[in-house]
Amino acid sequence: MLELKNVQTFYGNIQVLKDVNIDIREGEIITLIGANGAGKSTTLLSVSGIVPPRSGDIIFDGKSVTGKAPHDIVAMGISQVPEGRRIFPYLTVMENLDMGAFLRKDKRAVKKDMGHIFDLFPILAQRRHQAGGTLSGGEQQMLAISRALMARPRLLLLDEPSLGLAPIVTRRIFDIIKKVNLEDNTTIFLVEQNANFALKVAHRGYVMENGRIVLSDTGLNLLANENVKKAYLGG
Amino acid sequence: MNVRGELKKSFQISAWFMFLTFPILVIRVNTVENVIEWRWYNMAIVGVSTFLGSALWRYLLSVKEKSQRINAASPGNMTSFQKAFSDKRFFYPALFILIGFVISFPFLFSMYQANIMITALIYVMLGLGLNIVVGLAGLLDLGYVAFYAVGAYSYGLLNFHFGLGFWTTLPIAAILAALAGILLGYPVLRLRGDYLAIVTLGFGEIIRLVLENWGEFSHGPSGIANIPRPSLLGIDMTLTQNTIFTYFVMIGLVLFTIFVVNRLQNSRIGRAWIALREDEIACQAMGIDRTRTKLTAFALGATWAGMGGVVFAAKTTFINPASFTIWESVIILCIVVLGGMGSILGVISGALVLTLLPEYLRAFSEYRMLIFGIMLVSMMVFRPEGIIRNVRRTYTFSKE
Ligand SMILES: Nc1ncnc2c1ncn2[C@@H]1O[C@H](COP(=O)(O)OP(=O)(O)OP(=O)(O)O)[C@@H](O)[C@H]1O
Ligand SMILES: [Mg+2]
Repeated sequence: MLELKNVQTFYGNIQVLKDVNIDIREGEIITLIGANGAGKSTTLLSVSGIVPPRSGDIIFDGKSVTGKAPHDIVAMGISQVPEGRRIFPYLTVMENLDMGAFLRKDKRAVKKDMGHIFDLFPILAQRRHQAGGTLSGGEQQMLAISRALMARPRLLLLDEPSLGLAPIVTRRIFDIIKKVNLEDNTTIFLVEQNANFALKVAHRGYVMENGRIVLSDTGLNLLANENVKKAYLGG
Repeated sequence: MNVRGELKKSFQISAWFMFLTFPILVIRVNTVENVIEWRWYNMAIVGVSTFLGSALWRYLLSVKEKSQRINAASPGNMTSFQKAFSDKRFFYPALFILIGFVISFPFLFSMYQANIMITALIYVMLGLGLNIVVGLAGLLDLGYVAFYAVGAYSYGLLNFHFGLGFWTTLPIAAILAALAGILLGYPVLRLRGDYLAIVTLGFGEIIRLVLENWGEFSHGPSGIANIPRPSLLGIDMTLTQNTIFTYFVMIGLVLFTIFVVNRLQNSRIGRAWIALREDEIACQAMGIDRTRTKLTAFALGATWAGMGGVVFAAKTTFINPASFTIWESVIILCIVVLGGMGSILGVISGALVLTLLPEYLRAFSEYRMLIFGIMLVSMMVFRPEGIIRNVRRTYTFSKE
């Protein structure tokens, strides 16, 4: 469904992604793990067109998205939960969700989806009229994921959803991710520091080092891999 | 609280002022008789007035801090004014009185007053337009007067060359101003905050300089004269009748502006402006087209300036570049900031205060700017959120 072919991305003169190749099939949960500064967020930003790659090709559903504007890419069905949540602090929870559905014109379906989100995260329903900036970190993360889901993406890009969350909340977020993947058949591309959790839910995983993909395998195999254990699982 | 400490500080300030002003206000060399006059009474005046001024300033600041602490403790972010306003028992009678007053205004007062009010209403419209750009989209535009000029000159030139009337030109000028908004907006899309302010300021000046120097096009500094006043079905009107008519045209336009701005504010595009102001990357991830959203803000903001310009040209029947200096942009920006960014009611009151006050302060014309300046400074210190704070109506679904 999504294919990155020899993607090279730069910030000014600094090359961050070096010949990245990733292949994601429909319905999968794929995770990308790696150290700080490896280039994981940059990979997601490249897919979204926010930091367009300088060379290489990104293909979604057989169509190239390289060089397309971010809003066109969202319209094609790719939605991103950016790193650090980036909730709109002065908009209410509902308004934040509505921003997620910015490109959708079907008001009734948007309304229904919002109800669906509120079933998924009852706490957001309670806080619906509260300004986004006044939510707790965990609530903001839930809102960020919900906001991206409001676009009804076929591919959801998640950048470190567990950042700064208590283990219980992290588990809950991961349960929801699995649920969204199964019930809505949303393909998920997950970037995580928390490799342990991520590799357990993911079908397959990629390991990135200094902007290069150095390893790829099924989630379980990577969990058992000695090098991965040493570098990312603290053991 | 610490009254003694505060008074001591005020005393120090007044002593410092007396010392600073001593050479100019106290000593005077009388060159005729070659003696030095000591004007001690001046020192006393400076001392007493700075002491009182400083004490008052400190007192007000402490009052403000106290009320802020109380506000922070209690939820509900409406001011007492807004609470009274949302109370139906109070709201409807007030509304009726207001409507009655607005309708009878030109009949009750002199033409001079009506003319002042027309100017004030033009500024209400300009303020509401700039409020879209600055208050909602958060783009600090210091060249707003350029669009006002585009509107005024559209009417002036189209009338001069093609004899087009007020009502035909009004929409044309609105469109031309919107196009100018897009044209000027496009190159500055990447800029924010102070950089944007400087570049737009430059644009505003460019337009004025072009109008001043491109004589064949704009008639240069001598401007365009004999612009017709607003017409009504070709009826011949006396000057008085026409002023009254212009007044009502302006009332209608302001109501139309309020209606549209209110709709915009509570629409998806309005929220997208707010979102874009807060976080551009998140907006991109939501599929909000940055370019288009910002340009819409510029264009929609400029539209009102264009229409305001037409009414201005029709009202004064004469325009020249001197009416479109940077000072105008600054005043309009002050209206938005002073009134309360993003708040429609705030901008209206800001416009009325800032245009009517200088008129009625003509009696003290020497001190007009001083009073104006003191007012601006104290407003920003004591009520930085503006006269009427923006309480945004938030987006909700009706219950099923
Ligand atoms: N806007 C930017 N300008 C310049 N360099 C950047 C920018 N954003 C990221 N970088 C650099 O690119 C490299 C990769 O950054 P990236 O954010 O992709 O890392 P990451 O793998 O997501 O790390 P983390 O796990 O800490 O989030 C880093 O060396 C970073 O300094
Ligand atoms: Mg990152």
